[in-house]
Amino acid sequence: MELICPAGTPAAYREAVEAGADAVYCGFRNDTNARNFPGLNFTTEEMGTAIAHGRARGVQTFVALNTFMRAGEEEVWYRAADDAVALGADALILADMALMDYVATTYPDQRLHVSVQASAANADAVNFLVDTFAAKRLVLPRVLTVAEIAALARQVDCELEVFAFGGLCVMAEGRCSLSSYITGQSPNMNGVCSPASHVRYREEGHDMVSELGGFTINRFGADEPAGYPTLCKGRFLIAEEDAYAFEDPVSLDVMDHLEALRAAGVSALKIEGRQRGKAYVAEVVSRLRKALSAPPAERPAQLAQLRRLSEGQRTTSGAYEKKWR
Amino acid sequence: MQLPRPLAASINCLPLPLVQRAVALVFRQVLARHPGLFDRLGPYANRRFRFDPTDLGFSFVVYPAGPDITVYRAGKAPPASATVSGPLVTLLALLEGQIDGDAVFFSRSLSVSGDMEAMLALRNGLDDCGFDLPRDLSGLAGPFAPPLQRLAEAIRARALAGMV
Amino acid sequence: MTKTGRLKLTMGPIPYLWPGEKWRDFYYRIADSGHVDAVTLGEVVCSKRDHFTRPFLPEVVERLTRSGKSVALASLALVTQEREAQATRRLAAEAPLVEANDLSALRLLAGRPHLIGPFVNVYNGATARLLARQGATRLCLGPELPAASIAAITAGAPELDYELIGFGRLPLAISARCAHARAKGHSKDNCQFVCGEEPDGLDVDTLDGQPFLTVNGVQTMSRHCQVLLAELPSLPGMGITHLRLSPQDCDMVAVAALYADVRDGLVSAEEGIRQLAILYPHARFANGFLHGRPGMDWVAA
Repeated sequence: MELICPAGTPAAYREAVEAGADAVYCGFRNDTNARNFPGLNFTTEEMGTAIAHGRARGVQTFVALNTFMRAGEEEVWYRAADDAVALGADALILADMALMDYVATTYPDQRLHVSVQASAANADAVNFLVDTFAAKRLVLPRVLTVAEIAALARQVDCELEVFAFGGLCVMAEGRCSLSSYITGQSPNMNGVCSPASHVRYREEGHDMVSELGGFTINRFGADEPAGYPTLCKGRFLIAEEDAYAFEDPVSLDVMDHLEALRAAGVSALKIEGRQRGKAYVAEVVSRLRKALSAPPAERPAQLAQLRRLSEGQRTTSGAYEKKWR
Repeated sequence: MQLPRPLAASINCLPLPLVQRAVALVFRQVLARHPGLFDRLGPYANRRFRFDPTDLGFSFVVYPAGPDITVYRAGKAPPASATVSGPLVTLLALLEGQIDGDAVFFSRSLSVSGDMEAMLALRNGLDDCGFDLPRDLSGLAGPFAPPLQRLAEAIRARALAGMV
Repeated sequence: MTKTGRLKLTMGPIPYLWPGEKWRDFYYRIADSGHVDAVTLGEVVCSKRDHFTRPFLPEVVERLTRSGKSVALASLALVTQEREAQATRRLAAEAPLVEANDLSALRLLAGRPHLIGPFVNVYNGATARLLARQGATRLCLGPELPAASIAAITAGAPELDYELIGFGRLPLAISARCAHARAKGHSKDNCQFVCGEEPDGLDVDTLDGQPFLTVNGVQTMSRHCQVLLAELPSLPGMGITHLRLSPQDCDMVAVAALYADVRDGLVSAEEGIRQLAILYPHARFANGFLHGRPGMDWVAA
């Protein structure tokens, strides 16, 4: 299985290559990709340099254009696709059906991957995208168990990529407007979730309170590990309890299921985290690279180290195990 | 890692103008080697960022658009657009991209307040620009540069050992 | 297709788990309402609920059709299990008119007339055109689109009819995990249908007690109720042809009548909003998304 690694900056890109990535995915510095964060991402020139750097070392570059084209400004997305193709991207990761249509029609030889944001979670949906846009690979939403992934793989005619480590969307990806309901900005439209512009941290005694758009998302006690102020991982009052209504601050780690994923026919494992620093990328990529080639018994030692880098300093197998539901 | 108390105490005894001159010299030297930082900061270059080392009696306010840096006695610094506080070694390690900002934040060894968009831009800019304090500052040491750089690297390695 | 005609009123699917008889009686009343032009019904949120309403479905469809409503059956929004895929295939094969809420249904319905529901991502005219080429005739837009996007989408594919949610809590997210069951100490697999205990959704408040979201089984909905009454006159100009009323646990026949009266100029928007607050007192009103603001905001006319 290939290891697909995140890079939010050229420095992180170089670290990912150094640490053993098979492919690195990254995006341009605008809202054409779903990590449109301040100070992050690549200019056209930086993207060209990165692609060349990777290619010289046998590492592929996937360019994420995985937001939905804003009506009336479609040209921004079409030009980004043109640029990525011209720069020699090994694959474009797309979510918007009209952008897939544009790339499939204009650049029939360009390898097209379907982003997790496209929300294709079953065989008919996957085959629709494969038949209509000649997609070669599909990144699965984090809503399926390993058994369901295996069943799906038998019914589709494309490669499957699954998230193996990093941030965990609790909601089906590409179908979530929670962020825009509170802040006006969403992953689909703006490439951001719970954007920094709307986040505030407040100290209250020994507690740290995180707020999004003026709403309290969480309250962490003195030494309690913290998480991102994403609203699906906040603590709320529900059914007369003070609880994590949707999910705890926690990261995804499915390395325990490596053999099963391989047997299921999964082609590639994806690491989330384009917003993370290069130190994170270096450590996670190199440890997962080692774990992939290590015998199963030795894997836990490699991976235990990664937990302290994770949100809430804890990990979960998420939807990959049925009991999570 | 906390700064050893005797070391912190002796630094805290230094007169403010002296600290200001030394810090400004270092700041200019380092920035001159990494002009790319401003590109990533974009519009956030004209914000004021405050660094509050929790184990030192000084506060540092950075204004990238200047570029300039102002040192204050702890507690005397004016409000800034965004403030980050934590042990000095953690702050320096972040500056160099040696550690992941999110991970130290999750571990609660760092706290942030103010404009998080500006803070994120600065974090990402610093992470990409490749600060390397021992190397970047060795220019200041003239003929003593190589041994001083090696010494600084050794201190850094020890300070960072076991950090997130 | 004319865009200057008066807005048609449609009744969207009931998002909540209601007892079968209550569900049936709701649609019998809608059948008798002179104000509702079209009805989309069926279980969209959770396949486990399907058996509650299935026995009543043929009767309800028959009665709605007989009273002259255009009737469509909605497909499931999140299809992950084989059982759900089979159900979607059966629906596509058997129902005369289907509203597609997942890409799987798009594949199954390609080449014949169908509707597109709010769970298929359409953010631009090019996507709407693509769906029209595949056979879509009417498209219910997703909740987060601002007016400028809506106008540009409809201009980009004027061959379609367009529907917008004008009343009801908005669908914001869907998950493989059931937050509703979880809040009551159950897993999804052994949920005991506890979502049926809240016919209007389960409240989620912030730790400071601010009203925040609504949980409805595996779906997360807005806490606020979308109310586009003051905006009614401007919607046809944006290319909207149908206004969707999303059922809440209140007198939806009266809600439809009120929307029709405001649309027809018989009641002012201001008075309409006042009366609506009496008909549906359980939630604050919001219209922020259409105005390009956070969805929970209320922009006064």
